[in-house]
Order: sequence, then structure tokens, then C-alpha cells
Amino acid sequence: MLAKRIIPCLDVKDGKTVKGVQFVNFRDAGDPVELGKQYSELGADELVYLDITASHEGRKTFTELVKRIAAEVSIPFTVGGGIHELSDVERLLAAGADKVSINSSAIRCPELITDIARRFGVQECVCAIDARLEDDGVWRCYLNGGRVPTDRTLFEWAHEAQERGAGEILFTSMNHDGAKQGFAIDALSRLHDELTIPVIASGGAGEKKHFLDVFEKAHVDAALAASVFHFGEIPMADLKQYLADNGICVRR
Amino acid sequence: MIAIVKYNAGNIYSVYCACRRLGYEPVITDDPEQLRAADHVIFPGVGEARAAMEYLHAKTYTYANGTSESLADIIRSLRQPVLGICIGMQLMCKHSEEGDVDCLGVFDAPVERFRPTDNTLKVPQMGWNEIAAFNSESATAAGVGNRLLEGIADGSYVYYVHSYRVPVCANTIATTEYGEQYSAALHKDNFWATQFHPEKSGSVGERILKNFIENC
Repeated sequence: MLAKRIIPCLDVKDGKTVKGVQFVNFRDAGDPVELGKQYSELGADELVYLDITASHEGRKTFTELVKRIAAEVSIPFTVGGGIHELSDVERLLAAGADKVSINSSAIRCPELITDIARRFGVQECVCAIDARLEDDGVWRCYLNGGRVPTDRTLFEWAHEAQERGAGEILFTSMNHDGAKQGFAIDALSRLHDELTIPVIASGGAGEKKHFLDVFEKAHVDAALAASVFHFGEIPMADLKQYLADNGICVRR
Repeated sequence: MIAIVKYNAGNIYSVYCACRRLGYEPVITDDPEQLRAADHVIFPGVGEARAAMEYLHAKTYTYANGTSESLADIIRSLRQPVLGICIGMQLMCKHSEEGDVDCLGVFDAPVERFRPTDNTLKVPQMGWNEIAAFNSESATAAGVGNRLLEGIADGSYVYYVHSYRVPVCANTIATTEYGEQYSAALHKDNFWATQFHPEKSGSVGERILKNFIENC
């Protein structure tokens, strides 16, 4: 059976790992390559590296980092952040990334998804969506790490991304992110039911039960988290064992 | 020497890195002499079948005696062990539904899209799935079917990213279940192939790559 994936997410700035709590206030959580190797050995199924550096110099540092990750880590990894055009995708895939994740630039220019799918194949493009459930009951998509609201809404945008050739949807609920009270089960469940491509849940993991809930109730393909892994709050092996004991198919 | 076929597909650097982690120093090349002289050839990749086949036919070499051949001809005529990975494996089959294109025809099998009957089976299949050895007639007859998978227990997890698959056929040496049973690995004569990515499959994948380099 296809196993449910557990994906640690590493935010990288100037070549070092950081973790955003509610998208601000960073704490250092180690060297990205060493951390990736450790996660791989501990049983993580995949890794996501997000470049949150703004400068041109930082981009070059990140590309060099991607090459080091490819050389040393034997599980798949996705990279995101600062991808604006096809040449960015080409540079990162050539450096050894398995997939690219695009977020704000996809909303600004949806054709980018189409172009990536056509040039590199549908499996290469992860469409990341940050959305917030507003008071009027609408899941609104946000840009720039959750700072700029858009007129796009979660479900119609996810469908468009799928039609354009995204290989996966990585949905982060801004209401849940950093709160450690569990994933956005209802929205994730609807995404899973409506889409034909895999869905990755992000935002809200605080304890093992939250992972079980998101797989059992929303049936998503993968769950992503950062701080609970980086600070050892949930050891990877314990999580896999717990999920297996509760009937979830995981790789061990 | 290990040669990795250079063509218009992604993921080639990852295969190079995986060989290096095993202590080998492969060359990434499309040079006919280097490809023919290699002890082992790896034909990897992530990409689209029609674009890849067009490239393999269009990449031609003309020799001093006036003859010429394409990269497709060269791959087909290799005599040393060859390992196709993912799109590499699909391109070694007879025909691909992706772009409706004739492929190299090493394996007499079609490449078809997954046809899920509902949304619980996502396409592409993305992630880790189990493999099990499969004794097709040709694998057993050759007596070498399991060389590639030596030491790999049934139920071991390997990493997949694909929307198209090869049905179980006479060359199947391992299978995976995803809505149906399909070919996880193929073997015929000096040609081996995996639909999954050994270079991305942790220690299981490293063992399979090592088996190819040292056993096949």
C-alpha cells in the first residue's frame, strides 16, 4: 500500500535553518544538511526546504545548499521560496531538488504552473497555498507568507492549480499554523475529496493525535510540520509507531 | 566505469549523487564511445515521454565512414548491463500512452496511465510503496531475475513519482500494488529497469543500485 508521508519542513535563511511561529519570530534549529540527514535516518519520508532569504546573494547560497542536500540526503526533497520564473525552477532542479514548491508567484502568475508542468512534468510542481478562514466563512488565499490578502479562495484556486498541472497541493491553514491545536480537518477533507492529485496538510501539528486525525478524518496523503520535529517534541520514530499501531499505513 | 545517459530529462544529478554515496565516480555523458565503453550504463530521468523520445531520435552522430546513428539506436544496442529508472524504464518499453509515442522497444510492454475509478487513488502516485519479487517466466528462465533485488525483502518501501505504469508482463521481476498490480521492475537480457527511484529510496534504494553495479 502507498504509505502516508510525514514531511518535516525546514525554513532556511542565509544557509541556516529557522522556524517561523505564526510566520514571525525565528529560532535557530540547526544546519539544514545535517538536519536533513538526521531526519532521513530517523524515518522522515520526504523533506521540504523553504528559502526565506530575500536577497540575490541569498539565492546563490540556497542553490549551493540544494547541491549539498542532493549529495548527502537519500530521500526526496522539495524546495520553495523565491521561485518567480522557469529559470529559477531549472536552476533548482539542476542542483538536485526533486520538486519545487511555488506559492505567491503561482497566484500572481498562474501560467507558471502550466509552464513548469509542460517543461518538467506534472510531478515537479507542488502548489503551496496559504489561506485563512475569514469571518465571512470564506477561505481566502494570502501572498508573501500570509501578509497580503488576495481575491482568490482556497478551493477554486486549488482546482485551477490542478487543472494547470500542479502535481500536489500543499495547504497551510493560517488559522491553525503555530497554534498546535491540530490541522484544518474540514478544509483538508474537502480538498482531498474534490481533487485528483495528492494533498499535503500543513499547519497546526502539536501532538501525535493530530497526525492520526488528519489521516483518519481528512484522508490526506501527507502531513507536514516543523517545530514539533525540530525541537524534539514529537520524535519521528514514535510518531510512525503510533500511527502504525492505530492502523495507518506508514513506512518504517 | 559507470555512465549515466545525458539527455533532456530531469533528476540526472540525483542519480550521480547516489552513485557517489556508494563510492563510485560516474560520468554523465551522451558520447557514443563512452557509453559503449562503460561497464554499466544508467538511463535515469523524470520527464515527459514524447519530448524525451523526440530528443533521443534527434540526437544523432555521423561517423567518418559516412554512417550515422541516434542516441535511441545506441541505447537499444548496448551490450553491458543497463538500468532504466522511472521515465528511463518507460522509454525502454514498446509504446507510451503519454504523448502516444513509440519507444525503444527493449521490453515488449506498453506504458499506460493509471486509471483510478475514484478520487481515493491519486494520480500521480507520489510517495513510498511496497515492492514484492515476481517470478515471471522470463525472469525465472534467465535465472538472474533476482540479482537486482538481492537482499531486498518483500514489503520493502521504495519511492515512486509517476502517472503512467507498465502492466505486469513477461519481463516483470517485481510488482507494486496501486489500485492494481503493476511492474515495479523489469529485466530482459542485459537490460534492467525500475519504475521507482532507487536513488531516492534511502537504504533500500542504495542496496538496489549497489546490486546493479556489483551483481548485474
